[in-house]
This record gives sequence, structure tokens and C-alpha cells, in this order.
Amino acid sequence: MTPHYELPRDEADYSFGFLDEYAKKEVRRAILKAVAIPGYQTPYASREMPMGRGFGTGGLQLTLALVGPDDTLKVIDQGSDDSVNAVNLREFVQLTCPGVTLTERTEEATLIQSRHRIPEKPLRADQLLVLQVPYPDPLVVVEPSETKRKIMHGEADYARLLVKLYEDIVKFDEITISHRYPTRINGHYVIDPSPIPRWDVPRLHQSPALILLGAGREKKIYAVPPYTDAMPLAFEDQPFRVEDFRDAAGNRRACTRCGATDSFLDEFIDQSGGKVYQCSDSAYCAERLVERAEAAA
Amino acid sequence: MSKILEVRGLTRIHGRGCPLCIEATGHESDTNICPHCGSVVAAHDVSFDLYRGEILGIIGESGSGKSTVVRTLYFDDAPTAGEAIFFDDDRQYELFTLNAARQRWLRNHRFGMVYQNPHLGLNFNVSAGGNIAERLLMSDVAHYGAIRTRAQELLARTEVLAARMDESPRKFSGGMQQRVQIAKALATRPPLLFLDEVTSGLDLSVQAAILDLILEIQHELGTAMIVVTHDLGVIRLLAGRTLVMKYGRVIESGLTDQILEDPQHAYSQRLVAAAL
Repeated sequence: MTPHYELPRDEADYSFGFLDEYAKKEVRRAILKAVAIPGYQTPYASREMPMGRGFGTGGLQLTLALVGPDDTLKVIDQGSDDSVNAVNLREFVQLTCPGVTLTERTEEATLIQSRHRIPEKPLRADQLLVLQVPYPDPLVVVEPSETKRKIMHGEADYARLLVKLYEDIVKFDEITISHRYPTRINGHYVIDPSPIPRWDVPRLHQSPALILLGAGREKKIYAVPPYTDAMPLAFEDQPFRVEDFRDAAGNRRACTRCGATDSFLDEFIDQSGGKVYQCSDSAYCAERLVERAEAAA
Repeated sequence: MSKILEVRGLTRIHGRGCPLCIEATGHESDTNICPHCGSVVAAHDVSFDLYRGEILGIIGESGSGKSTVVRTLYFDDAPTAGEAIFFDDDRQYELFTLNAARQRWLRNHRFGMVYQNPHLGLNFNVSAGGNIAERLLMSDVAHYGAIRTRAQELLARTEVLAARMDESPRKFSGGMQQRVQIAKALATRPPLLFLDEVTSGLDLSVQAAILDLILEIQHELGTAMIVVTHDLGVIRLLAGRTLVMKYGRVIESGLTDQILEDPQHAYSQRLVAAAL
């Protein structure tokens, strides 16, 4: 977005939150259905947004339909508050939703829109997480026809997804899905939980906060309601596991900035060509740095 | 002997159909295409019983409706009319009135199908073991080790080398693909198996080996089977009773020996004579 852009004067009476009230009603109606049928991909009339599809239009429509002037919003992209997608979406909300408070601190936010991560800090029941989804249907890898996929979802027919996992174990001795791990919600529908890493999948399970997932291009909204079971697909004797951050010696790698050993780490190559690891959740990392500085002082 | 399957008046008409379809087709009219509306009467009024552990043969020329019968029973296709009752161990199912999920359950747990073309029965994008795993996973086995062991057992039983379990069936010979299909069909120990032209297109020695395997399985597991074929040799070897089909109708039925030695219907006589 162009810096210092202002809405044209005669457009100043745009609806709060850019979308007109009918569009918001449509999104809210889809949200209610999605919450009522956990994991079901509810079709909705996805609107054109003033940004390209694939830049989080699904998540943004959810956010705009949910946000009110007394809300505090946090937007993250791959865990970071400062990357392009997050900054642009935040500026758009600032422009179109007067009164909304913006924050980078997870615990202050009432509404969090995220791309590809769930914040490290545990969410509370009074918070709401919106995830941007590129591909909502986990069955797309095994069945090209949407009509057939709908029947498979309806009958909870997910054997072919498990065959995929079986083949992985045969070939690589472990399940190699790094993100978009198929997860069964409330014992029936299997969802594609947005491209969150495996690390974040257990956070969907019995989460106190409502988690909403929106796919703008694919025109689908689905939800993991609060305190709902979310079980990643796995075999009885080959359980699901999260990323392993241990080095060759078996020690847990720590974040090079804040020293955290309990967070999801991103791998970087430093100037000398070596590998360094940093918290992916930048707000979490920054907060720990401040705490450390205060403790030292 | 107890009944496992009872089929009554099974009919399948492709096209919109008209009241004259049935009358205007069949052996006397020498066609199965209705001259009034152009619909194809693929099967009409097919009735038979199948008993536990029995092999029933269905023989007829191409387009006689024999595959249509097994395809409807295996829920690949829906019948236009008729009913079929499947007698399981402790309960019975009216096949064509079940909802889709119940039909899928029966198909995955209690029935097995081996198609003429392995492409229909196998997924060539996953390994031979994965194909068997798919069927086990569909019947709610969720233990990787147990799936591996069962797949190994089945492939050993159908004489596929264990070393090739993790290869795609694409790399297998036609006979081996058929063996994998049979292993897959048997994975859930179904009491009822449909075999649709399993040996057509294989060379004679491989045909003999597959037929031997089918007989052995029937003796070992007591699986009831419906064998669809156009090959009198297959019928003679496998089936105790046989239906002869032509233009979608069963024109003769009885003990296989009787039909082969003393065919009553003119078409059966021609069929048997042609094979000799």
C-alpha cells in the first residue's frame, strides 16, 4: 500500500471495515455454520478485496467481519509482526477500521490474524485466532474431483490420506509432512490446518480460543471451536510428532537472540555461512529479550 | 448350506427407458437396444442364489450383461430395479436400499472385487503394499505394524515376492498385478468375492496359476465367489453352478457339468459347440 494513502473524500463514508454490511453478514453466517459443524468447509461468497487473492483475502474478510472499534488486533506473517504481508494487512485495517487498536503483543490482542503460525504464548478464551488458508481441502492430494471429495468428507472416508502417510513411512521411516498436517476435528472432518508447521498442530487441540480458517480464493471458511478435539492423523504405533530441534549431540537448539529452548525456530545462514536459529515468533522473542535486559539491570 | 446372497429381478437399463424396452429386446428380438427409445437393456430380471463357500459362474459373450451384474452388486453401478439381500454372519442387508455410507462399509469390509483391468482395482501411484494398506485402512485398521504384517502375509499367499512389496504395481507383469489385486481383495477376509474376467488377457500358464490360486483360496477360506468370464475353461475349472447370459437375460442356469455336457438353450449349445 502506498504510504500516507488516504481514502478519497467522497469515499470517506465507506462502511466500517471496508466490506459492506451484506458482505459482513454473509461471512458471519458462514462463521456460525463453520463453528456449528467443526471442521466442515463452509462455502461462502468470498468478495474481491483490494489485494491479490493469495495474499490473505480469506483471513482478511474474516477479520473485517469480526473486528469492532473496541478490538485490539495483532497481525502476524510466518510468526513475524514486521514482514510485508503483516504490515500491509495491518495498515489496511488501520485505514478502514477507525478506532481499532493495533498491537504486537499476543496477550493484549482480542483478535489475531495470522499467516502460517500460531503464537507461542497460549491463547485465552477471550481471544480469537484467524488463519489465512491457501488450500482448504486436505483431500486434494488424493482426489482431484471436488464432488467426490465432498462425498468423502461427508462419509469421513480418509483412508487414502492415511495411505499417503503409510507410503511416507515405507520410504522414509517417518511421516514427512512438514506443514498443512491433516488433522481430524471433533472425530469427523479432517481439515488442512493452513500451512502451520507441525509444531503448532497440538495447539489446535482443546484450544480455549476460537480458531477460524478462511480461504478467500477457494471461498471456504472452517473452524476449530474452543475446547474441541483436534487429532493429527497418525498410526497407533507411529504417533504424530512435532519438529525435532535437537542438534547432532542431542541438545535442544536455542534461539540465538533470546535463548529460548521452547519455541519454534527458523533457520538462517549467517554471514560466515554457518547456520543460526531464531524464534519464528518475533513478538515472543522480543519480549524475552526485554525481560532478560530487565533482569540484568 | 446357508445362503449368502439372494438376487431377485436385478435390472439395469442405460438410457431413459420406455415401457416397450423389455418387450422389444432379448433373445427373440436379437438385440439389447430398444428400437423405440434407444436405451440399452444391460441386464433384465436376473435372479439367483449364492451359498456360502460356493463359486457361481456367469458366462456370456461381450455385452451380455454379466459384468453389469457384479458391478451393481459391488455398488460400482446402481440398478434400475430389483433387489439383493446379503446374509452376513448375524444379520442381513438389503443391498440397494442402504445409504451410500453403509454401502461403502459393506464394500470395504465384507466384499472383495478383482477386475479384469488392474487399473480399476489398483492405485498405480502407491506401492503394492500401499494398495493393500488402503483396503485395511478403509476397514479401520490403524496400526502400521499390523498393516505391514498382514500385507506381507497376503502377498506371500498370492505368491508375490515380498522383496517387491514396496514397488509400484506399474512395474509388475500382468499376472503379478492380478495377484496383487487378489491379495488386496482378500485383505479383510471377505466372505464374498467378485471376480470379473480375472484371467482374460493373461498367457495360459499364468492363467492356470491364477486359477489354482483362486481354488486354493476358496478351499482355505471358504469364500463365496461370483466368477464372470467368457472362457468355458475357467467355468469348468472353478464354478459349481453357472448362469448363461445373453442380451442381459439369464437364458440358462444349472450345474456347470450339466450346462457343458447337455446345454438346453440354442445359444448355450452354440456356445459350448464353439469352444469344442
